[in-house]
Amino acid sequence: MLKREKKRYLALEVVSEQPLNEQTVLDAVQASVHRLFGEYGASKANLKLTKNLPEKRRFVIRCSHKALEHVRAAIASTTAINGKNAAIHVLGVSGTLKALSKKT
Amino acid sequence: MKRFADLHLRVPFKDPAKAESMIRKASELGYNLVGIAVSPHATREQVSQLRHICSDAKVDFVTRVNFFPRTPNELLQSLRRFRRKFEIVTVRCHTKDVARQAAKDRRVDLLQFSVTNLRKRFFDEAEAELASQALSSLEIELAPILQLTSFSRVRLLSSLRREVATAERFKVPITLSSGATDELFMRGPRDYAALTTLFDLSMSSALRALSETPWVTVERNRKKLSADYVAPGIHVVGRKKGA
Repeated sequence: MLKREKKRYLALEVVSEQPLNEQTVLDAVQASVHRLFGEYGASKANLKLTKNLPEKRRFVIRCSHKALEHVRAAIASTTAINGKNAAIHVLGVSGTLKALSKKT
Repeated sequence: MKRFADLHLRVPFKDPAKAESMIRKASELGYNLVGIAVSPHATREQVSQLRHICSDAKVDFVTRVNFFPRTPNELLQSLRRFRRKFEIVTVRCHTKDVARQAAKDRRVDLLQFSVTNLRKRFFDEAEAELASQALSSLEIELAPILQLTSFSRVRLLSSLRREVATAERFKVPITLSSGATDELFMRGPRDYAALTTLFDLSMSSALRALSETPWVTVERNRKKLSADYVAPGIHVVGRKKGA
């Protein structure tokens, strides 16, 4: 029987000089994963944006639980988005959206 | 719950507003202790101002001095003059002689090497053996990993991977610090720990290098600098009135 892949949800806070939408943030994280771990690593990360609160600069992304450390490293290594200085902080990590909302 | 420490926050002395915002950010990110490098000739007012900002931000403040000696003798002179004035002493090793002297001297807490000139990273097996006997730690700053790009980052990660393996083999403690000059290069302790997987330091070792190891160093030095300290293993437990 095929095992269901476990996921991890990451709540992110983006610090940037410019207003950002969810796609820009996801693209920046994906580019960072690609830069650090290549196409193979990016394909294993299985990133997806699940929730966003752009007014609070908070976003929730989902990734494979096996790639969590790589995704966190890639998020931490992001220093620019769209050519402008930026930083992304992980506010919390959880296996479900419900638990994540309680954490953050 | 882990208590995290960032032993090297490069706070600008001349800009108190920026210094305050960086210290507050460190507190927000979950650090309980920050080390700020102070010039050996800094005035008491400058240090007390930083201490005040840190107490407002509810983080413990550690005074740190960075030495950049050119010769082993210069290092010994600096240690003789300033060791008892600072809680943490770091030596940035630019030559092999200085690196060896710093590694074997018990007064040195942290050993630091160049991040741009990798030929000046002298943390090899001989250095690790000396450091393990003298209780000094290898300090790895993480902001340069964020700042460097393409091949310079690749080369740095490669050197760090080799050094971390050597340090673990010789049981040299590793201390991770940010070395951040700006809020944009500051990250939370767990994010920094994730970043260290890039040079094959495990998450548990990285979290230890951000919490237990720096705390142990700071507490050991605070004990040594206290008035009750006599010698290793001997300290005053009480004083008779009028004595």
